[in-house]
Amino acid sequence: MSSEKSVKVPDKESPGKSGFRFDTFWDRWGILGVLTLLVIYMSFFAPFFLSFGNAFNVAQSISVNAVLAAGMTVVILTAGIDLSVGSMIAVSGVGCVIFLNLGVPPVLAVLGGILLTTLAGLLNGLIISYLMLPAFIVTLGALTYLRGIAYSLTDGKPVPIDGESPLQFIGSGDIFGVPTTVVMMATIYLVLWFVLERTRYGRHIYAVGGNKEAARLAGIKVKRVLTSAYVISGLTAGIAGIMFASRVRSGQVTGGEGYELDAIAAVILGGTSLFGGRGRIFGTLVGAVIIGVLSNGLILMGVPFYTQLIVKGAVIVLAVALDYFKGRPRS
Amino acid sequence: MAQNLQVPLLRLSGIGKSFSGTRVLHQIAFEVLPGEVHAVMGENGAGKSTLMKILAGIHLPDTGSMKLNGQEVKFLSPSDALRSGISIIHQELNVVPEMSIADNLALGNEPRTRLGLLDRSKVEIQAREKLARVQSNLDPLQSMGSLSIGMQQIVEIARAIAQDSRILILDEPTAALSTSESSQLFELILKMRSNGMGLIYISHRMQEVWELADRITVLRDGCLVSTSNRVDTSQHIVVNDMIGRDVESLFLRDERKIVPGGLSVSGLGDGKRIGPVSFEVRSGEVVGLFGLVGAGRSEIARLIFGADRVRLGSVSVDGSRVIITDPASAIAAGIGLLSEDRKGQGLLLNRDVIDNVALPSFGSFQRFGILKFGRIRSAVRAVSDRLKIKSSSDSQLVSELSGGNQQKVLVARWLEVKPRVLIMDEPTRGVDIGSKAQIYRTINELASEGTAVLIISSDISEVLGISDRIIVIRDGLLSGEFNGLLATEEALMLSATGIEKPNSESGADPQKRSRT
Repeated sequence: MSSEKSVKVPDKESPGKSGFRFDTFWDRWGILGVLTLLVIYMSFFAPFFLSFGNAFNVAQSISVNAVLAAGMTVVILTAGIDLSVGSMIAVSGVGCVIFLNLGVPPVLAVLGGILLTTLAGLLNGLIISYLMLPAFIVTLGALTYLRGIAYSLTDGKPVPIDGESPLQFIGSGDIFGVPTTVVMMATIYLVLWFVLERTRYGRHIYAVGGNKEAARLAGIKVKRVLTSAYVISGLTAGIAGIMFASRVRSGQVTGGEGYELDAIAAVILGGTSLFGGRGRIFGTLVGAVIIGVLSNGLILMGVPFYTQLIVKGAVIVLAVALDYFKGRPRS
Repeated sequence: MAQNLQVPLLRLSGIGKSFSGTRVLHQIAFEVLPGEVHAVMGENGAGKSTLMKILAGIHLPDTGSMKLNGQEVKFLSPSDALRSGISIIHQELNVVPEMSIADNLALGNEPRTRLGLLDRSKVEIQAREKLARVQSNLDPLQSMGSLSIGMQQIVEIARAIAQDSRILILDEPTAALSTSESSQLFELILKMRSNGMGLIYISHRMQEVWELADRITVLRDGCLVSTSNRVDTSQHIVVNDMIGRDVESLFLRDERKIVPGGLSVSGLGDGKRIGPVSFEVRSGEVVGLFGLVGAGRSEIARLIFGADRVRLGSVSVDGSRVIITDPASAIAAGIGLLSEDRKGQGLLLNRDVIDNVALPSFGSFQRFGILKFGRIRSAVRAVSDRLKIKSSSDSQLVSELSGGNQQKVLVARWLEVKPRVLIMDEPTRGVDIGSKAQIYRTINELASEGTAVLIISSDISEVLGISDRIIVIRDGLLSGEFNGLLATEEALMLSATGIEKPNSESGADPQKRSRT
């Protein structure tokens, strides 16, 4: 006799039905909290930090990186990486200035510069998705050959813009008192937010990054989506290149060196997973602002440049560590 | 009964466990006798894995006591449990595929030479001894990754036995095994039992449990429902205990109107291992595709769906030929495929229920290129309600759902697409009984609505239970066709293995077309 029966099943509480959940809260607002703390800290300890003028300073100083990081977010959401964006800054800037100096109308010159890097992004994307080569290697190669192309175009010398140019409107102009580059940056973020969150294509970006095979079996043209991410990255890098060139009023062959790393840092700080499929475009903007506020505040505090680098690097590692521990399953 | 007089190898009493305020185990009493196979059954989320993790020292219970051979014990870590003679073979195997069998067997306990270096020859000798104890004549120098899942499992068992385990926990061991691998495993299990080991066997498969178990314990919602000798209970009682209510009938077969149309496949093949095969699934019909693991069932589904490249043959939907180059064109042609690999090829684990359900159908929810989220949400909610998907909200990540609910999310995805032809590859693998019943109900509804449904399954009772017609595949070719109501388990197995009466190349069976 061993068929003892004891049926007493209590009402099963469905776990996490409602109420506060720290991990979801942190996921959405954590990085903004970090920024708030940073701003409060800087307000107390960095002279002149808290002023309207300085806020615009910060916004303008981050605009190039933030625009790069916007396109980078799309690429990283697909579980890829684009290391070539720094060199694209030089290609689009140099290209645009050469067109200008050849007498091409400014609008077309700008579009021409952007077109160059968009095509470079297309090439990256095609190689990565159709030849199925790792994005890291393909864009690392592009980082080098695009820089080489920029050098070849100008024989290694910077090309200044001849005479007065309407291009300066981008670098030093403003729209209703807001610097033009800041308006451009804001526009790009709004557009990308809309595309990622409110269109079918945006959902497909997330799906491809989350699980390529599942996306393919759900009828998504994975290769096209993947290619398009690098095209977007080339496009935003081209725009960033124009912003950069118009700020320094010349095409700089060495412009944007190492910028790809700051862009990646902003994306990761903003909570986008390097493994793809998870993240938010406005997180990246916050990430870029954090990097900008940190640099700006440290400069105002008179911290030496070498120390700034140490602090910046440490903050990035710390932020990613927080993200990692949050992402672990709670057992 | 004589065996109840023995001292149990292991006795648990009053075991309770909560995670962040949610009670997952409640006053569990459980014992394992020497020389018995004790099956633990329950739906997903019933608490089986938590209980096993407590036994294996992964979790510490909040309440209750554990006695090993009459001695009170407390496991603070998995190595405590291992040292006390309790081993667990997880569903996901714990092997290093790049290393050899011998190295895997020696892992963590490598013999060393006097100089402290790895003693290679001893590793190999020990490996041979360990393999011999599970009656395996594998070459210990072969790499682990080159073995089938079944073989890897045997190596893992060899490792457990070598550690002098008295109690072995097997968690869904046959989930990924072929029939012959399963029977090899069963032989080994029975041998370990006769050597006086205590085996805890977790499985959803009633047939296996009936074949192996001496006793059956059923858990539900973290509580012990019953522990019975197998000979004193019935499958019906066990199922009722598991789901807490009476299942009238798991399988439903409404009066179906089978009409021409649906899917028609002719001469389909990959030019190598598969085909050419020709068959049809008519509108409103449920056809079972049965065959042994490796016979080419999933491959045929993938060819129809354009997931792999088609070399030969043609596919028609509702009488007109369709050109399929990739899954996107298959979906456009009205074909859907529920893939067998839920996590690898189906779900976006880090996205929510809405994204997962709506993934292939976002296109039908946009205006001027802008997604209508209100409409998406209500459509997903409607289809989730229809399938009774249990989630805390539409925005819950699917990785947090139970296996059964995850599977229902994928079924919901295809309900939303509304294909003319739906191919379901292992639609209920690793799914609890409640979800299983729901999926069967849905299949029945789909057929009544005129969808042509092709079900691929290695669960023979499932194939027999839901199919109007059954086709059998062997070595990539059609080997038989049966009426779903008249076919027997034995006939299907014979056709699938081709042992007794090899079919002629026509592939025809006497029972073919017995229903019109």
